[in-house]
Amino acid sequence: MSSAPTTAAGQPNHAKRVIVAWLVLSAIATPLVAIFLGPALPPGHASQQASEQVVANTVMTSIVTPVICLLLVFFVYALMKFRTARGGALVDGPPLRNQNTVQVAWVALTSATVLFLAGFGTYELLQNGSGGGQGPSPIAVPSGPKLQVQVIAQQWEFTYRYPSYGGLETSQLVLPENTEIELHVTSLDAIHSFWAYELGIKADANPGNDNVAFLRTKGADTFHVHCAELCGLWHGYMFSNGRVVSASQFATWIKQQQQVFASVQQYMPRYATTYFPDPQRRAG
Amino acid sequence: MRPTTSKLLGVALLVAVAGVLIGFYVSKLTTDQGSPAYTVPVVTAGVHPVVDLTIETVAAVGPTFSPAHPDFVSYLIRDAQGKWRRDTVWRLPANATVHVTIYNFDGASGLRNPYLARPLGIDGNTMVIDGKPLTVIPPDEASHTFAVPQLGLIVPLPGVADDAKNQCGYAPCALSNAHHTITFTFHTGAKGHYRWQCFVPCAAGWIDGFGGPMQTIGYMDGFLDVV
Repeated sequence: MSSAPTTAAGQPNHAKRVIVAWLVLSAIATPLVAIFLGPALPPGHASQQASEQVVANTVMTSIVTPVICLLLVFFVYALMKFRTARGGALVDGPPLRNQNTVQVAWVALTSATVLFLAGFGTYELLQNGSGGGQGPSPIAVPSGPKLQVQVIAQQWEFTYRYPSYGGLETSQLVLPENTEIELHVTSLDAIHSFWAYELGIKADANPGNDNVAFLRTKGADTFHVHCAELCGLWHGYMFSNGRVVSASQFATWIKQQQQVFASVQQYMPRYATTYFPDPQRRAG
Repeated sequence: MRPTTSKLLGVALLVAVAGVLIGFYVSKLTTDQGSPAYTVPVVTAGVHPVVDLTIETVAAVGPTFSPAHPDFVSYLIRDAQGKWRRDTVWRLPANATVHVTIYNFDGASGLRNPYLARPLGIDGNTMVIDGKPLTVIPPDEASHTFAVPQLGLIVPLPGVADDAKNQCGYAPCALSNAHHTITFTFHTGAKGHYRWQCFVPCAAGWIDGFGGPMQTIGYMDGFLDVV
């Protein structure tokens, strides 16, 4: 250890050692995390919003990597260097003294990190809503034509209405590929939450409320739908699978569903963004 | 033994005990089948067995079947001896043809979502109500549904008219009481644990009609334990 940097008091320069080790470890770990771990982060790439969320998760994970490295380096260094030898006397360490440089650097670094993440998150959110429910008057609206699909939650199933196809309602969520989708999420009873995991969509389903979310599908794919709000006995069973299909497959599927549900069409209410179902003759 | 070694062993023991307890808890959660399943007798055995499932829906289950909640709306199942039982976890064979007969003695509550007024997931997507094949019922006249969402199975059950004579008060109800008879056939497919439920808000006196018996296995909800 004779070659180690030392302080004026003859002690090794622990801070310098920790910083050097941290910089080296961070320089190695951060690119590895960004390049190899990042693309595998959730939620996937079934929609433009999902891919953007993967990028956001990659950015945040990459930024947190040096922080984790610092904690690990300090932890390991402290364990190795400052542990008391077996049977040795417990000796108090040197008193900690205020260092303005360290404090200013710490506040500046953490503030810059938080402000950057806040700015980054806001920018991402305002592009297209990032797959989140924006309420009845969304502020981040993607341009261009959109296919409107209504998500109707009830205890305990999601159903889907396609207003541009005569108000067809089905229990399957099928979407055409490479299409801008405008989801209108609502509920007929309790509070639910529509979570299409691989699509990167999550929007609360509240009774009497129209919660709008946008997504742009990519190629053919499958995805999972879950309820993400505890909604009663069968909440855990409130899941299903959805599909993104080609335009021609979507047209065929729509026709097939219209035939299957032709008999009930006469009883379906006019399409609306919210519903207040009646009767509830025996309900409390 | 040194004090440090003792402490380490103590911590290791605690961790091991906690791990075992967590393991039991998780395995219980992931394998628990709920209440014991009632095995529905097989009528015709074989690779594709045939099963007759006879059930009834009643406005009030009565003190005989549920002393604690006699006013709960409920499903009942008829066993091989012809007796009614309040069991809603039913064991059925896989890849079986299930002929279902439902006697509905309850009045209409109305569907919250008219979409569910159309039977699905059954042979021909057609049910037979009092001898008449139907592919839809008026949603307001629905009393209950028998639905297994994981199998895509939905069957709406029409309610007894409000002014019908000789309505059943408490279960068990006799066929001389006012009722509708609904029959249909479905196929169980692969092995699995499928929940079934009623979609009609039929729990009188409970918030939104979906509390009490609608949130309690043994009344308006259950499992198909397909083995």
